[in-house]
Amino acid sequence: MRSGLVLMICVGASAAVSQAVGQSGAITWQNPVQAGSAFSIQTSGSGQATLFIVGPGQVLKRSVQMGEPVSFDSGSLCHAGRYLVVLSQGSNEETKTLDVAPVSTAARLSFLARPSRLPVSLHDEITGAAYVFDTYGNLITSPMTVSFQLTNPSGTVQKDDVVTRDGAAWVEMDSTPHQGIDHFAARVGGVGSERIVRQVPGDPCALKMSAQQAGKNLELKTEPVVDCSGNPVLDGTIVTFTETYDGAQSSADVPLKHGIAEVALPAHPGATVSVASGVVLGNQIHWE
Amino acid sequence: MNRGGWLAAFLILATVALVAIGTIWPAPSVLAYAGGERLLESSSTPEAAVRNLGQEIRAQEWDKAYSSLANKSQFTEQEFVHDVTGYYESLRTYSSLDRFDVRPLHASDNDAEVQFTLDWSTVVGTLPDSRTLHLVRNGDRWEVDWPMGEKPIVPPQVIPVEYLRWDVINRGPGDDWGVQDVDTPSVRIVDMHPVQRAEGVVVLGELLNEDVVPAYVSVTATLRGKDQLPIATKAAFDKISHLLLPKQVTPFLIEFPDISLSQVSSIRMKPFSTLVSASADPVIAIDNEQINPAPGASLAGQLINQSGQVVNVAHVLGTLYDKSGNLVWVVDKYVDRALLPQTPVSFNIPIPEDLARNVSSQRTVIATYSFGGAL
Repeated sequence: MRSGLVLMICVGASAAVSQAVGQSGAITWQNPVQAGSAFSIQTSGSGQATLFIVGPGQVLKRSVQMGEPVSFDSGSLCHAGRYLVVLSQGSNEETKTLDVAPVSTAARLSFLARPSRLPVSLHDEITGAAYVFDTYGNLITSPMTVSFQLTNPSGTVQKDDVVTRDGAAWVEMDSTPHQGIDHFAARVGGVGSERIVRQVPGDPCALKMSAQQAGKNLELKTEPVVDCSGNPVLDGTIVTFTETYDGAQSSADVPLKHGIAEVALPAHPGATVSVASGVVLGNQIHWE
Repeated sequence: MNRGGWLAAFLILATVALVAIGTIWPAPSVLAYAGGERLLESSSTPEAAVRNLGQEIRAQEWDKAYSSLANKSQFTEQEFVHDVTGYYESLRTYSSLDRFDVRPLHASDNDAEVQFTLDWSTVVGTLPDSRTLHLVRNGDRWEVDWPMGEKPIVPPQVIPVEYLRWDVINRGPGDDWGVQDVDTPSVRIVDMHPVQRAEGVVVLGELLNEDVVPAYVSVTATLRGKDQLPIATKAAFDKISHLLLPKQVTPFLIEFPDISLSQVSSIRMKPFSTLVSASADPVIAIDNEQINPAPGASLAGQLINQSGQVVNVAHVLGTLYDKSGNLVWVVDKYVDRALLPQTPVSFNIPIPEDLARNVSSQRTVIATYSFGGAL
């Protein structure tokens, strides 16, 4: 009973050691190999053999003298992933797997920020996702902390530190009540990336116009058009003026310029003039 | 000679014979299109004189058409050509006369009136032009008193325009993965309404650009049957304003001929938008717009170009609503004349008679295209 227990411990220890130093047999190495680093494979036995390392998009071939180590220079294996190591000696063949792990230092960050443009005062509508890569472009799957920061021109800063999971970290942030160009940055270690998120005004709020007669025309002009947070609505936004009289109407779609829209429509006594922008209605004027 | 040889010889001889027959005795219409005169007849009646004028206009024989007019001393040949084809580049400039119709109104011994309807073939379809012609007898011939339209004259002036324009820079092919592109404009269908017509199902609606940037837009509708399988898919083609400025609304109309609404269990609408470089100008005002009741129901008004730029092509899209504000129909028409600054140009778009009585109000949008030239 006692000898059986010792045997089990020995077998378990042997398996653990085998896992740590590659696999038992004619070829062994320190597993995993870090991408881009030099490494060697130890062989045992005697005679000549051929060693193949087959991996994602890459094949290495070496003639080896069994019993001597096979050295690989740094940069031999750069792509992280699982490789197949095949030792061929005459009719004998031994096959094992070799894992190449990413370098644990971040060298590049891919940062996806969405959307590029959104209205002000929205909750959790700005999303950022960061993917951390090593110097060889391998996704670093070990946990790393990515710092996200969204800065508004008004000085508002939103920050969040997120630990990557399987190489990715993501965050959701709010748009502020102030329009402007936000700088959305992600940083890990000494590497960073920045995107632009444009916070734009919402729909016009309390759209109001005035009318003034100028000769045969009625000059219609809005007050500076702002959204419900007080942000000036962007130039180019269409404002529709409609003048209704005697079963007929005159109308014009006018773009905002310098924050106001103005147009001259023929003056018709008794006309009712209304203003709208998109689905937002403004005031009405009854022209006597 | 074997059978193949005989057949080849027969085909050659037959071809030569047909070419000879076509050359010696050409069809009158072919000759007319080729610039011949055989289709012209004696101008011994008012109708014949107008038909001759129509043939000459169709063949673009302007000198002959001009010289046949009774009142040619009042204008030059160049002015006559411009009156017919437009003084500025427009749809009419690039059109050809497809066919014409002559309808006598009244006649006496020395003068007559004839309704002269010309159907101009353009890239957007046939555009009719109707004129009432006065004719006078000159000996044994009738001659047309050409009704010259008023030549649009814009007084010399400076019209200040604050030019507002959007340009788009998209991500390039060399950019790294993850580099952010600019989002497509956010558009929303704010109304949709299927209608059964005699010709099939028609899907009407309105599309709003709720973004702050201009959008090139389209709408696709897919009709699904009782089994939820698609029956037909179509996109709005020309009954939509494809360029929408921020907060602008366009109507759309999609026709599904030969499909009955009873076959349809659901309709899937898919708006499409993409960023596009655009200008906020020109502004086109619509004046004196009204709905003329049936019979001859129509949406009529005048377009006034409020900018300093010549608008070469204008597309009028009218959205018609009932008393409750529900969408009833969408009508459209291209204006075949250029819009000069501050110069009203009339439009008149027929409304289907059976729908006209339901129409209570309307909203009109104008899609424009300019070749880029100034006055």
